[in-house]
Amino acid sequence: MPFDFTFTSEQEMLRKAAMEFAEKEVAPKVEWMDETGETPIELVKKMMELGFGAIVIPREYGGAGLGHIARIAVLEEISRISPALSFCLQIVHLGQAPLIYFGSEEQKKKWLPGMAKGELISTCAVTEPTGGSDVLGIQTTAKREGDSYILNGRKCFITNVHISNMHGVLAKTGEGPKGLSFFMIEPNTPGVKPGRKENKDGLRGLNTGELILENVRVPKENMIGSEGDGLRIALTAISNIGRPGVNGVALGIIRRCLEEAAKYSKQRILYGKPISELQAIQWYLTEIYLDYETTRLLTYYAAWLRDKGARCDAENAAGKYYSVEAAVRCAHKLIQIFGAYGVMREIIPQRLLRDAEVLCSAAGTQEIMKLVMFRKALEYAK
Amino acid sequence: MRILNIIVCIKQVPDPKEFSKIAIDPVRKTIVREGIPSIINPLDKNALEEALRIREKYGGKVIVLSMGPPQALEACKEALAFGADEAILLCDRLLAGSDTLATAYALSKAIRKLEPYSLILCGNETVDGSTGQVPPQLAEFLGIPHVTRVRGIKIIDDEAIVESMMEYGYRIVKVKLPAVLAVVKEINTPRILSVFGIISASSKKLIQWCVSDIEADIDMIGLEGSPTRVTDVFTPEVKRRCEVFRGPVEETVRKAVRRLHEIGVF
Repeated sequence: MPFDFTFTSEQEMLRKAAMEFAEKEVAPKVEWMDETGETPIELVKKMMELGFGAIVIPREYGGAGLGHIARIAVLEEISRISPALSFCLQIVHLGQAPLIYFGSEEQKKKWLPGMAKGELISTCAVTEPTGGSDVLGIQTTAKREGDSYILNGRKCFITNVHISNMHGVLAKTGEGPKGLSFFMIEPNTPGVKPGRKENKDGLRGLNTGELILENVRVPKENMIGSEGDGLRIALTAISNIGRPGVNGVALGIIRRCLEEAAKYSKQRILYGKPISELQAIQWYLTEIYLDYETTRLLTYYAAWLRDKGARCDAENAAGKYYSVEAAVRCAHKLIQIFGAYGVMREIIPQRLLRDAEVLCSAAGTQEIMKLVMFRKALEYAK
Repeated sequence: MRILNIIVCIKQVPDPKEFSKIAIDPVRKTIVREGIPSIINPLDKNALEEALRIREKYGGKVIVLSMGPPQALEACKEALAFGADEAILLCDRLLAGSDTLATAYALSKAIRKLEPYSLILCGNETVDGSTGQVPPQLAEFLGIPHVTRVRGIKIIDDEAIVESMMEYGYRIVKVKLPAVLAVVKEINTPRILSVFGIISASSKKLIQWCVSDIEADIDMIGLEGSPTRVTDVFTPEVKRRCEVFRGPVEETVRKAVRRLHEIGVF
């Protein structure tokens, strides 16, 4: 594939569609989302109707098969207006990933078309109070009983949990790294209960909460892969979809920081001239711009690798680490540019900072990203 | 009446969000578009949306027609993604420099090749030229009626009942089909492109025609065939001035009105 930095006409149309959706339909709801923490269900539905949930699902299963670059372009545009809604969409994609990468033909045919239409939205429920970065520490169990597994446990910090009708769940079927398996729980399965809703500081309006599983009977046909494949399935999904998804969200935050910084510094008059003429402000803008361009390169490069089918765990980790650090520092710089206005609730900079901070632990902490990159770094020993 | 083809004329224009970056070539008096992203003229999107709605209600086929440089293919692809059935781009160096009359002539020649049709929908004007001349000129070349500033369309048998906006209020016009209807933004809210629309666009018919395909008289197209000559393009200088009138209200108002007449405000 040639090294080309231009979008195809399909990708460009998709980007414009996402931008229009975000500016016209999402923007009027952003303040309400931040104030109330409520999820705008009708916007989630609209995103699905527009097919944004189908971007990475292959065409043979009813999806659009537009790939990872297209996905990032959409996430960036939506995040520019609402990082919370963009994150919601990226987790819709994450919920599809175990099936796309490891599902049997039968499982793909059964669920992916419904997911492409937005009729089925699945979580990807991995984290528990005792196991996040330490995945092996999870305690949810899946015990074989005839042709089914009985699942019991409590997942936490599960995105979209109250708005999803399916759940992809990592559970223990044994001990050690090969003692984990991955299950798809279908809609209306008895014993599945979304628990408490989290009241987050940022990404407000993004639904996050607990998933409680009490004697949930899951047919063995709903296991993805084989018994013991769970860790690989969960980590692949998170690495291939979850982390670049965070990059896309962070990219949108940084772009918004750049836009707001440029606009405000041209308008705000101090000492009889726009503050964009003050060197201190110029450097802030330069640094935000540099972070935007660097994040774009890292994020789209990793997406380009994925579209080629190449492995890119380290590149996705590098993108996630850098983009999130950059989003936090850019939002912080934006607050400096706005001065006291920057921390006022009705003005955007403080929200961007709160939103960016939430990304630090999403799809793997920054420290886990360093570990992934470290392993890649060691490969350079000749 | 069974609706046959609905032809929608669209134009690719510079994105109005980027108008501040537009420069005028001082010699050729044309817009320098380099680096300015292009979009489908906003009112043309309303026209396309209306065509899709009419098709949903009455059937038929929506054919998009555009005239422009090869880049305008992107606008045609976008129109297909919105849901048009076919798109045709009139693209020929001989058409370069066409004014509204030459453009309307070329479009009419292309439309002749698309007969039979029931309806031609256009945006009332474009954001770059803003003349609003092409739809009426097109209707004249085709010898069919036209209505401008259309904000509502109802099809009854072989007629359309059309609401046409005026400065204050609107008028209802009954027009025999086929006709050219030039729409305003009040007519509808164009849909947002869907992912599935985008992927279906690549399998739809997108044709390029040149001047010989439409059998146009080359003396009536391009710069040579255009009676309009742009002698200058400039930003009008707006001078603000202030005059204060004092005294009893009625007399002061009378004075102010007289003065406004004198300086040609009304």
